[in-house]
Amino acid sequence: MERDPRQGGKGSGATYRMAGSITISRAASTAREIAAEPDPLTIDLSGVRNMDTVGAWLVYRTVRDRNAKVVGASEGAKSLLEQVAEADRPVKVHPEESGGFLRVLRELGEWVAEAGITLVGLLGFFGATLIGFANLIKRPKRFRLNAIIQRFDVVGVRALGIIGLMSFLIGIVIAQQGSVQLEQFGAEIYTINLIGRITVRELGTLMTAIMVAGRSGSAFAAQLGTMKITEEIDAMRTIGVSPVEALVIPRLIASVIMMPLLAFWAIIMSLLGGGIFVWLDIGIPPITYIQRLQEVIPLHDLWIGLIKAPVFGFIIALAGCFQGMLVESNSEEVGQRTTTAVVQSIFLVIVLDAVFAVFFSSIGWK
Amino acid sequence: MIGPPKDCDPIITVRGLRNSFGEQVIHENLDLTVCRGEILGVVGGSGTGKSVLMRSIIGLQKPDAGDVEVLGETMIDRDEDEAKNIRRRWGILFQNGALFSTLTVAENVEVPIREYFPYLDKQLLDEIASYKIAMSGLRADAGPKYPSELSGGMVKRAGLARALALDPELLFLDEPTAGLDPISAAGFDELIRSLQKRLELTVFLITHDLDTLYAICDRVAVLADKKVIAVGTIPELLALDHPWIQEYFKGPRGRAAADTAEQHGEMIGGSGA
Repeated sequence: MERDPRQGGKGSGATYRMAGSITISRAASTAREIAAEPDPLTIDLSGVRNMDTVGAWLVYRTVRDRNAKVVGASEGAKSLLEQVAEADRPVKVHPEESGGFLRVLRELGEWVAEAGITLVGLLGFFGATLIGFANLIKRPKRFRLNAIIQRFDVVGVRALGIIGLMSFLIGIVIAQQGSVQLEQFGAEIYTINLIGRITVRELGTLMTAIMVAGRSGSAFAAQLGTMKITEEIDAMRTIGVSPVEALVIPRLIASVIMMPLLAFWAIIMSLLGGGIFVWLDIGIPPITYIQRLQEVIPLHDLWIGLIKAPVFGFIIALAGCFQGMLVESNSEEVGQRTTTAVVQSIFLVIVLDAVFAVFFSSIGWK
Repeated sequence: MIGPPKDCDPIITVRGLRNSFGEQVIHENLDLTVCRGEILGVVGGSGTGKSVLMRSIIGLQKPDAGDVEVLGETMIDRDEDEAKNIRRRWGILFQNGALFSTLTVAENVEVPIREYFPYLDKQLLDEIASYKIAMSGLRADAGPKYPSELSGGMVKRAGLARALALDPELLFLDEPTAGLDPISAAGFDELIRSLQKRLELTVFLITHDLDTLYAICDRVAVLADKKVIAVGTIPELLALDHPWIQEYFKGPRGRAAADTAEQHGEMIGGSGA
């Protein structure tokens, strides 16, 4: 490819001579070289051995935009040029984007509207599950015991290991951090109060809820979301099985029943972890530890922990199933909805936990 | 078995291929030759391993034994960098399109180009994507759409646009007309035929669609009994008395497709060139 020196006369413009193979691998340099040639331009294709559509496109767009003349094109090259000319339609490549401030404003508006719609949707979903419950009470034969027991296994039994380990470690951490601070006042013995009250009243249930949200809430969203995509849920509806009764209610019941049991398990494991730490580190023997726990933990602390648990379980299952049922089109959405389900349920759990804390303090359970 | 024509310039050669999943043997001693410039249709009952054959040819499935040569290069145990040089010379349309769901149609078409030619400027890239989209028969507003917004027919066309992105010599199509309505399917057949002629493509086409076979295939390979039992033009195949072939082409659907092809004045099995 070189400029023909013979054709440099005034007014006659330049001749760009192409040779060899004009394909996509040489597209960038060919485009640059053509752009550097002055008008009026003649393109000589007589030396071209082979050409692909990208090469043809480069020639075609020079002809289109700069009125260049093409000489010496072979039959094959001519046909390629015709083809790309035919395919030259105004095709949009990028989505239209409005600029800067307007876009921020629009996204903000969309976000607010989305949040409102989600809230209303969650409320609607809550209503649908209540109707489902009512129907089940009217016709108890439709109660799916097997499905619920299977969920008990998945949500509850299989979570025992990880929740137990997590709680045990949290017990140790609380004991360790507490004893370091309390030692400064010579009040290590109060480490037991700290472990007992914080795990029973707050942390046992809260950490269990976070773990269940991450483990089961996400699974609910992903399962139902995938079933939406594969049209299993539509198939259920057409057969006459209500997806709320068959899928949502077993998960809700399983979470509501399993959460207090798991929370109790978590509390015991935390106390165990803390007890082992104070025994080994501060030298308080287990028997003293247990006696002291009985003295410092009021019974209502346990009630507070266990009353919150089923409520959290309900929120987690509701958010998970709700997000799963919102999935519509593609696999990416399943991932997105699963994330949203976990974030939403942990957020709601913590908000409710704060409400409970204020409520129980104000009724005198201090 | 009818062999390849005498003037065949082989672009794909499969020799003694064996594939199995655990106990189940899919292919045993399978031979196949695809000639440059032809449209080869591959047919066979469900589960005879048509897709597995395509996957072994393009290197997605490692065969137990046998040799696969594509564009004169063997595909078995190739180094990834060497395989790249072959990969950029073919285009593949998967059965369900396999478009990247987080990218728009135009971006999907640009993916292979960006991968091999990262230095092309953005404008030329967009121009290439737009004429490929137009060539594949998509509407002008399809470029910025996401795969989830497309109909089944449009997904196939977008997949074809991506397969054609690098101007391949060889095009693999896995059931391109499955799931399309008859009008779209006929349109897609026509599109493949015209692209094949104009871009001088070789097409390896897996299909269940008898109309497609009659309308555009130069030769047809029949997969049965774990191997290719016959390859030839449809009249040549009809002359064989293998029960599956007879059943396939002479069954009610086969006859209907043959009638349609005749009405359209197409030369059955002719190259049409």
